Amino acid sequence: MLNLSPAEWTAIELSLRIAVVATACALPFGIAVGWLLARKNFWGKTVLDGLVHLPLVLPPVVTGYLLLISFGRKGPIGALFDRYLGIVFSFRWTGAALACGVMGFPLLVRPIRLALEAIDRRLEDAAATLGANPPLVFLTITLPLALPGMIAGVVLCFARALGEFGATITFVSNIPGETQTISAAIYTFLQVPGGDAAAARLVLIAVVLALAALIASEWLARRAAIRFHGE
Amino acid sequence: MKVLAVDVEKQLGGLKLSVRFDAASGATALFGPSGAGKTTVANMIAGLLTPDRGSIKFADTVLFDAAVGINVPPHRRRIGYVFQEGRLFPHLSVRQNLDYGRRMTRRTPDADEFERIAKLLDIGPLLERRPRMLSGGERQRVAVGRALLMRPRLLLLDEPLASLGGGHKREILPYLVRLRDDVGVPMVYVSHTAAELRRIATHVVRLEAGGVLAQGGVELLDEAETDAIG
Repeated sequence: MLNLSPAEWTAIELSLRIAVVATACALPFGIAVGWLLARKNFWGKTVLDGLVHLPLVLPPVVTGYLLLISFGRKGPIGALFDRYLGIVFSFRWTGAALACGVMGFPLLVRPIRLALEAIDRRLEDAAATLGANPPLVFLTITLPLALPGMIAGVVLCFARALGEFGATITFVSNIPGETQTISAAIYTFLQVPGGDAAAARLVLIAVVLALAALIASEWLARRAAIRFHGE
Repeated sequence: MKVLAVDVEKQLGGLKLSVRFDAASGATALFGPSGAGKTTVANMIAGLLTPDRGSIKFADTVLFDAAVGINVPPHRRRIGYVFQEGRLFPHLSVRQNLDYGRRMTRRTPDADEFERIAKLLDIGPLLERRPRMLSGGERQRVAVGRALLMRPRLLLLDEPLASLGGGHKREILPYLVRLRDDVGVPMVYVSHTAAELRRIATHVVRLEAGGVLAQGGVELLDEAETDAIG
């Protein structure tokens, strides 16, 4: 009924892939950073907190530019990735995923941190007296109890990644089939005469995807709540 | 027979805690008013709190010795702990709570043992419930069962009845007496209620303001009451 063109399908598929990869790769870091901020006191904690939140307050173009000079092929970090892992970010979809992950990171960390802070530490003590070593306490008590916060963080990060525009287009440009996500495609269609219909279709898709993510998170959060509290 | 030897010091804000006592098999009461340092001592025995100085020994093993730098972490002490508020894991069923210690120490399941303790504490019908769906008395019975099923060499009970109403208190005490007589695990029982301890204690350590006032038999409980009146 929507009659999407192959180019539009590509943009949708690419957006989803980028958002999923960005969120999945950001999650372990999000848990680690959320845990550090919630549980540890260390020198430079305020700096770390500030760095994590930077993408939220900086103009996305600035974040994109900073990624370009550091993760570009000639950039100090980008060169290392290219040399040792064979991963190139500039003008690739992987770069788009990196940009989306960075932009979504503050939204991922915040709910995880809050969830970890809300956990009753005395339950972890109880687990220790029952013979659970610290990694097991983390896996069997801390993580499951923080699950609702993690779901919230993942959904927010995914939604942000799905809609990211400024940092992505600055870092990896707007290449159809490689870095042209839904947002970038909408922008492009609006620049060409007669592209309105295609843009409208993609706008509709973007709305549907965002709604689906929200509903899925609500459903997951409710299931988690039932698992914890019986009702 | 002496099973537990505690000799610890710790500065806690304005209170300097300095406690020295031995516990034998049976049930040793840590008795005293709130603020005397009873829970602090229990937490040190469990390894949840580190003393500034001193040592804690269980039978032949040193659990803590500041002088030689030994501090066995709580998960390797094998000391069961029944907390005042139960501290059941809210995301696990009663059965999973009971089984937690066995799973964490990778022991093979022992259905007989599980059955026996579930029966001793009458928690068989509760197994599939979530902790939230339990009454206060049921919750504490599950907490006792959970601590027993990790096969502790010592059982710490910190005011296990304090969060319960009068009826539930009477409901739990007989189970604890049965535990002392049938299971044979040495117990350290923390409470500020002489009446409760009279039912369960075989040995009394009376704490006050971070120090040991006296230790001996259950007659210390009567003395405490006379002190309170006089």
